[in-house]
Amino acid sequence: MNNNHKVVVYVRLKDGVLDPQGVTIRKALGQMGYDEFESVKTGHFFELEVKGDAKNIDSRVKEVCSKLLVNPIIERFEVEKI
Amino acid sequence: MKVGIVTFPGSNCDYDAYAAVKFVIKEEVEFLWHKSDNLLNSDLIILPGGFSYGDYLRAGSIAKFSPIMDKVISFAREGGLVIGICNGFQVLTESGLLPGALIRNKHLRFNCKFVNLRVENNNSPYTNVCEKGDILNIPIAHGEGNYYNFEGDIKKLEDNGQIAFKYCMPDGTFSTEANPNGSVNNIAGITNEDGNVLGMMPHPERAVENILGSTDGIKVFESVKRFLNSKKTAGVN
Repeated sequence: MNNNHKVVVYVRLKDGVLDPQGVTIRKALGQMGYDEFESVKTGHFFELEVKGDAKNIDSRVKEVCSKLLVNPIIERFEVEKI
Repeated sequence: MKVGIVTFPGSNCDYDAYAAVKFVIKEEVEFLWHKSDNLLNSDLIILPGGFSYGDYLRAGSIAKFSPIMDKVISFAREGGLVIGICNGFQVLTESGLLPGALIRNKHLRFNCKFVNLRVENNNSPYTNVCEKGDILNIPIAHGEGNYYNFEGDIKKLEDNGQIAFKYCMPDGTFSTEANPNGSVNNIAGITNEDGNVLGMMPHPERAVENILGSTDGIKVFESVKRFLNSKKTAGVN
């Protein structure tokens, strides 16, 4: 029996943190004529495959987020199980 | 003075720092491999510039888990002298030894040029041969050197005198034009609260001989030497 679980972690910059890539992409959209896109924010996600007991997953995922995947000074994250 | 320079996979300014200490400052210097757990009794640890672990995830985020970093973190917590230059600064913020974060340059470009730095605090182990307000000409070379922190924390840094260097115009005034990466308050280098840990984006080790364009970087190393000597003298008496 495969008891692996799939989890996606979405990482975004916190509000107020400058996102130079987002700003640049928005400018490019404007130059292409897509004026209605008023703001673009970039981020990234991690797809994690986790083995083991489902009940420990939440805390283990949060642990690796705060230790490695996310810089809590500038970023926030959301976890989604798929 | 004995200087230990950490080499991470992807460090590329380790030899520049080594050469500056050995041939210009003329002090003892050793490389410290990232897998080692021995600081070889160094008086000063340098985390050099480069792209440790390919800058994957976030610059400096993986280097903090190297075996050597455990020792560097304990050494720093006990008051040991640690300088992080460029990628080394990113490792220090990611390790929690320095507050804040270094994000992508505002204009997104990798910026490699000489900049002017104003000495904001000359009462630190790294700036004590300077006068407050001195202007140092030292090069930068980075794509993620945009210092970011919350407004309240920036105020704390300013109030505690933790800002060592700020980007300035040749006449010492501040402007957006002088700021090469969008750093809050033109911040180029900060220390921790105790002053024993310094992080700076500019490369003092690349400004140690006239042929390199400037010798102002020597002042950082001479300050450390002076600080260690005064500590030794105080210890003897």
